[in-house]
Amino acid sequence: MAAKTLLINGTMVSAREDETILEAARDAGVKIPTLCHLDGLSDVGACRLCLVEVGGRLRPACTTTVSEGMDIRTHTDALKAYRRQIIELLFAERGHVCAVCVASGHCELQDMAVALGMDHVRYEYLAPTCTVDISHERFGLDHNRCILCSRCVRACDEVEGVHTWDVAGRGTSARVITDMNQPWGESETCTACGKCLLACPTGALFKRGATVAEMEHSPARIAMIVESRRVRG
Amino acid sequence: MELHDLQLIARRERERRRRIRIHCCTSSGCLASQGLEIQKRLEAAVAEAGLEGEVEVVGVGCIGSCGQGPMVEIAPEGTLYEYVRPEDAEAIVAAINGGECSVQRGDPLRPFFTRQFPIVRKNAGKIDPERIEEYIAAGGYRSLYRAINEMSPAEVIDEITQSGLRGRGGAGYPTGLKWSTVAKSRGDRKYVVCNGDEGDPGAFMDRSVLESDPHLVLEGMCIAAYAVGADQGYIYVRGEYPFAIQRLQKAINQAKKFGLLGSQIFDSTFDFRVDIRVGAGAFVCGEETALLASIEGRRGQPRPRPPYPAESGLWGKPTLINNVETFANIAAIIEHGPDWYASIGTESSRGTKVFALTGKIHNTGLIEVPMGITLREIVHQLGGGGHSGSEVKAVQTGGPSGGCIPASLFDTPVDYESLARVGSIMGSGGMVVMDNSTNMVELAKFYMEFCKDESCGKCVPCRVGTVQIHHLLDKLTSGKGSPADLDQLRELCQLLRDTSLCGLGQSAPNPVMSTLKYFTEEYERLIER
Amino acid sequence: MATPHPTRDAAAAAGDTRLKILEATMKRNQYRPDALIEVLHKAQEIYGFLSPDLLVRIARSLHLPPSRVYGVATFYHFFSLVPQGAHTCTICLGTACYVRGASELIARAEDVAGIAAGHTTPDGKLSLASVRCIGACGIAPAVVIDGNVTGHMTSDDVAAQVAALLSAPELLGS
Repeated sequence: MAAKTLLINGTMVSAREDETILEAARDAGVKIPTLCHLDGLSDVGACRLCLVEVGGRLRPACTTTVSEGMDIRTHTDALKAYRRQIIELLFAERGHVCAVCVASGHCELQDMAVALGMDHVRYEYLAPTCTVDISHERFGLDHNRCILCSRCVRACDEVEGVHTWDVAGRGTSARVITDMNQPWGESETCTACGKCLLACPTGALFKRGATVAEMEHSPARIAMIVESRRVRG
Repeated sequence: MELHDLQLIARRERERRRRIRIHCCTSSGCLASQGLEIQKRLEAAVAEAGLEGEVEVVGVGCIGSCGQGPMVEIAPEGTLYEYVRPEDAEAIVAAINGGECSVQRGDPLRPFFTRQFPIVRKNAGKIDPERIEEYIAAGGYRSLYRAINEMSPAEVIDEITQSGLRGRGGAGYPTGLKWSTVAKSRGDRKYVVCNGDEGDPGAFMDRSVLESDPHLVLEGMCIAAYAVGADQGYIYVRGEYPFAIQRLQKAINQAKKFGLLGSQIFDSTFDFRVDIRVGAGAFVCGEETALLASIEGRRGQPRPRPPYPAESGLWGKPTLINNVETFANIAAIIEHGPDWYASIGTESSRGTKVFALTGKIHNTGLIEVPMGITLREIVHQLGGGGHSGSEVKAVQTGGPSGGCIPASLFDTPVDYESLARVGSIMGSGGMVVMDNSTNMVELAKFYMEFCKDESCGKCVPCRVGTVQIHHLLDKLTSGKGSPADLDQLRELCQLLRDTSLCGLGQSAPNPVMSTLKYFTEEYERLIER
Repeated sequence: MATPHPTRDAAAAAGDTRLKILEATMKRNQYRPDALIEVLHKAQEIYGFLSPDLLVRIARSLHLPPSRVYGVATFYHFFSLVPQGAHTCTICLGTACYVRGASELIARAEDVAGIAAGHTTPDGKLSLASVRCIGACGIAPAVVIDGNVTGHMTSDDVAAQVAALLSAPELLGS
């Protein structure tokens, strides 16, 4: 495996040739924000938070592989402003109310807002009607808190190998669904393994019975499962 | 099938022909105004007059001036009849032998026709698209024969590269370069895909080409497949075009029967099959990665590029994707040579472009013009100026991804770079003319509503941003907007342009940004109110 | 559209024929998962809409997860998961039609039919819809009634057409 030399924020770093910018930056101690990326899952480049500047053009760090001599800027003022706008758009899209959320304090969306200094939303709240599905005996789904990152869909498909989840509809009316859009508890394919909960960045997927701030996700466990599966061969 | 077989078919077809042909437009537009009934009545009138030995009625593809349809043309003399009704049939037939006919005549010498340069549309309105023999008699499939028998794949690609042809889907990527990338990409299987998902509202060039001359597209695809080493092709056509799909299927069946598609084409070792894939109502599928997802039977959601389809496309295999009009140019380039093609148009944009001229314009219809022609010539000479004499205010090119160009910039030549410089795009060829009665902010809102409805929902800026922009425009048009809203509008437009995943989101702000730039006062007037 | 009071046998027989056509389509596509959209087109054509049972059947036959089939069926606007009216009136909202007053046509049609575009009258007689450009821009504004395109429409034309559809006698047969 050949190594590549590139510049990240003016510092020379080396990276494996098959690494993405996101991985190379992390190895170099540079944290690039993301919401739809999760170690162990395939990348879709959907949240657009990890956009970085490469030679004057914006590229998603999660799906762009490194190349020799790349000149990457990860935190320009323009990028920071764009990221804040994207988080604002997400907060405006559905009913994200941290004060009553099971994941408050353990939420990647909330953390991101804090890290990017987004203290208020300037856009119109779209306030769509979102349902809460507590038909499953162990788990619940609150569409108000879903950001359509599709990590649950990928975890279920790629790690558990079932594909109970998918996305229905399009645009802002898109919703994650189980099977034929039936209540989760009535899904015939769900194995109740809980990997979707591990993968969820917000309080959208939660353990039933959890109250405010009690729901801790463990996204790193997805990576552990995938990595140990790989090592075992 | 050999060359002499092809020549034999062409000769027989010419011998079969009657001296006079009554061309009756049976393309979607005229069809919707009783085109088929007119054809039937004309046939009956010819039989009635006992002229069958001399006159034949032929259902042809789009004659072009759709706004004056249904159209009927008497060939070869060239008399054009407009707004034909079924009951006019007898008079039209009688007029062939000098009878009286009060049906409105079109002027075949008006600029709408004389300023055109037909390459893609050379057979449109002249041949029966449902009979492969007519296409062959017009010289069809000779370029394919030449490519397979007299040229190496590399030579074909060289000719396309030298011709300077650029993608007619809108982005203008050099066609030869794309072909060469696919040819060089490694893969045990390669695909050729024709993008006929003409989704821009106000555009119907591809529909018309598919309905008027489907074999021209098939021949182009076949030559491309030979050049890049593909053995399977797909034509992705919008579900909204049932008639184009029907004609295309007929054309594929005929080509297969004649040994021009399928195994051992022209008795060579080259195989190429083509299947139609029917779209199901999603504008975003015009984006190439979304289109591929849709062909694979999945949700039509784009994915980040690279990898480009040329390296990793359908089922991960190298895939060539070109638009209908691009493929329709290929046979002519092989036939007349790259130098001939490169001599048409401008330095950076060679050849011709088909436009659908619609909206508040006198002559609605389809035109094919050399690149470099100015918007003024198109609107005022070919188009005949505003509808019922109204003053033309702007022209919109490129649909929801394009921009509005004000009348003051009508001297802009039509080429990829010049249109981009004035904030629009070439696009696929929709050209919608606005007059003074069009409210530009409402128009921007119309396009944004389209984009928000068509956003696939995958990436955040496009999914939520289009809704927010639409909301701001709605606020403005209902008189509730503030100067801060205009700032926010600009900020969101920039976000979408720079951060969206695919072309739909990146270009969605264009109609807003271009109207904000050229018709600022219309926005400001709404705030003052 | 089904007969108003079909006998059980007739319904079963009709169901059987339709199922045979659907099966044949899937078989012709070798039950390949990538034929999903082709199969949905055919299913919608013969059944008029895609019921949950139908989608589950297709999912099983093509070896696809149900959520994948549902996700695809709801992504594309052509597919309907609810029954459509006996007649359809679709008004083109492409740019050329828009510039030539298509929004007035919609408003008038909605007014006469008493429903909003995208809906079906309670008696199941008429579905009113808008479409994003049918490519008949040369004859804008265009309206599609039961699959037939008519151009150069005025709002009075549309009103008359919609009224005619609403008062049309019941269709018999399927």
